[in-house]
Amino acid sequence: MNVHVTGSDVGARTLAIVSELKGLEGPLLPILHEIQAEFGYVPQESLPVIARELNLSRAEVHGVVTFYHDFRDHPTGRHVLKLCRAEACQSMGGDAVAESIKALLGIDFHQTTLDGAVTLEPIYCLGLCSCAPAAMFDGEVHGRIDADLAKDLIAEARS
Amino acid sequence: MTVRLYVPRDAAALALGADRVAKALSAEAHSRKLDIVIVRNGSRGMHWLEPLVEVETAEGRIAYGPVKPSDVAGLIDAGLLEGKAHPLCLGGTEEIPFLKNQTRLTFARCGVIDPVSLEDYKAHGGLKGLEKAIAMAPLDVVKEVTDSGLRGRGGAGFPTGIKWKTVHDAPGAQKYIVCNADEGDSGTFADRMIMEGDPFVLIEGMAIAGLATGATKGYVYTRSEYPHAIAVMNEAVAVARAAGVLGPSVLGSGKAFDMEIRVGAGAYVCGEETALLNSLEGKRGIVRAKPPLPALQGFLGRPTVVNNVISLASVPIIMDKGAAYYRDFGMGRSRGTIPIQIAGNVKQGGLYETAFGLTLGEIVNEIGGGTASGRPVRAVQVGGPLGAYFPRALFDTPFDYEAFAAKDGLIGHAGITVFDDTVDMLKQARFAMEFCAVESCGKCTPCRIGSTRGVETADKIAQGIEPEKNRELLADLCNTMKFGSLCALGGFTPYPVMSAMTHFPEDFSPAPMVEAAE
Repeated sequence: MNVHVTGSDVGARTLAIVSELKGLEGPLLPILHEIQAEFGYVPQESLPVIARELNLSRAEVHGVVTFYHDFRDHPTGRHVLKLCRAEACQSMGGDAVAESIKALLGIDFHQTTLDGAVTLEPIYCLGLCSCAPAAMFDGEVHGRIDADLAKDLIAEARS
Repeated sequence: MTVRLYVPRDAAALALGADRVAKALSAEAHSRKLDIVIVRNGSRGMHWLEPLVEVETAEGRIAYGPVKPSDVAGLIDAGLLEGKAHPLCLGGTEEIPFLKNQTRLTFARCGVIDPVSLEDYKAHGGLKGLEKAIAMAPLDVVKEVTDSGLRGRGGAGFPTGIKWKTVHDAPGAQKYIVCNADEGDSGTFADRMIMEGDPFVLIEGMAIAGLATGATKGYVYTRSEYPHAIAVMNEAVAVARAAGVLGPSVLGSGKAFDMEIRVGAGAYVCGEETALLNSLEGKRGIVRAKPPLPALQGFLGRPTVVNNVISLASVPIIMDKGAAYYRDFGMGRSRGTIPIQIAGNVKQGGLYETAFGLTLGEIVNEIGGGTASGRPVRAVQVGGPLGAYFPRALFDTPFDYEAFAAKDGLIGHAGITVFDDTVDMLKQARFAMEFCAVESCGKCTPCRIGSTRGVETADKIAQGIEPEKNRELLADLCNTMKFGSLCALGGFTPYPVMSAMTHFPEDFSPAPMVEAAE
């Protein structure tokens, strides 16, 4: 879910999350995951609050956020479709499925459809290599996907 | 009498519709007023048969699969609850050749029990290893693991007992057990299956490691791509804590050990142990130079055991049955069993645990049944994205750490990805370089820049631009990356690239460029 909130709200909610988790050993990743779960992405306004509370520089926090593929700096569409791009899925025609999905949505990886319905992301291995090609749609896993199954998922997303 | 049915909750089964099958079964039973209970077990590892539904009968468990939701009514009509015949009936689960021919030590309970039931776990031999470890001196536990010949199942194959000994001997008030569950290699899913199907065996293995080395705190660092495994692990840790398996006094021993599940954020390089430790500390997942060894200065600079899921999950049976029992399986310096993961374009994909020593050809053709597409096998990548591509000519290579190294390959985490004859090996070599470029942590130059230059060079070969010169350049680049990179990401990317070039040279000699007609 992407919630539209004002800057001060972000600060207050970030502070609450950081306060709850900062007692952990190595708290930054759990904090960032929680913030992304809360807002749907990691808002810029969160970073100074995290930095101050963990006694880190803003540059350090920025460095961590941008290092990891998972953390986004902007909201996604209403649904997220992740397609596995790794070798096992390639061996079962994953590339062709990806091309047909891109054509169907009219977008490339890392983009969101104009109606805001679907964000398409590449993922490198869901551990479903014995039932490739694999995909994850809003956290739900799908194996042996083909163009037809992809069409159904996209139709569901747009309904 | 209540009939017990089993429908897996393993992600592979879910990806093929297990939840919908479970729902259909439950709805059908409700409308027919049948007395059933559905246990959501792990997977037996026969993924081409998923969703695999089992029913408990007086004659043991009977399997049906692959079951679709639309099959459910017909199955019940045919007598599913009594284990009666149906076109989908596979007979006794344990009698299915794929399962029967395995040696299941680490995966003995996976797919058999309810993953989050500690009672089930104990009823199937669980916690016996931990109980024995509690009664022993820590150094004796370390010795038992050393004597078993267990080597790190994450890929490097370092003797587990020696790592433990180093941490045991290291001075420090606080030591850690870190489980590397960042299973990012394509073609591998053994860690995921254990976490989803038998989480207590990992918890038990970590607790034993803690007692043996004097570590009181453990972390499982796993992947955000594995939401189901994370959920099962968290649930199991809570159950274990409530039952006193974890906590200030492990099974009443007076010795403390507790653990947490931590989640990565989509960086492949965090599967490298020092990058993992940095990530766990909340830093960028940048590789550290070694020495210092993590065993001496690991998490937060303190002595830390970093072991793979399968290494740790193999410890309980070693402690329970003894080092000799485990060591008697295997060949050469590769002792015990290895869960081989058969994936990609293969008819019978799944997990097959067996002693070391089967040949690659036996695994692909006999156990895997050849390709799913029915076309001839052309290449097999062993050991994930950093593993070599093997041609059919090397199918006589036995599955053993040293035998694979002798053929310029590696076992890695024992994932096998099968490709049929439509594969373009130049494209696969390019992908290996591209993957390295995307996932490089950026710390060392050969990996960070070499991978990008590798993609460009592969592209030039594909376009027919000075192919001979560029092949030579690519080989030279691989040599630099192999010997100049700080960790296995840059250091092993040359394996898929060089093996593709060596074994499939025809794909690297495209037709010369044709001048455009216009």
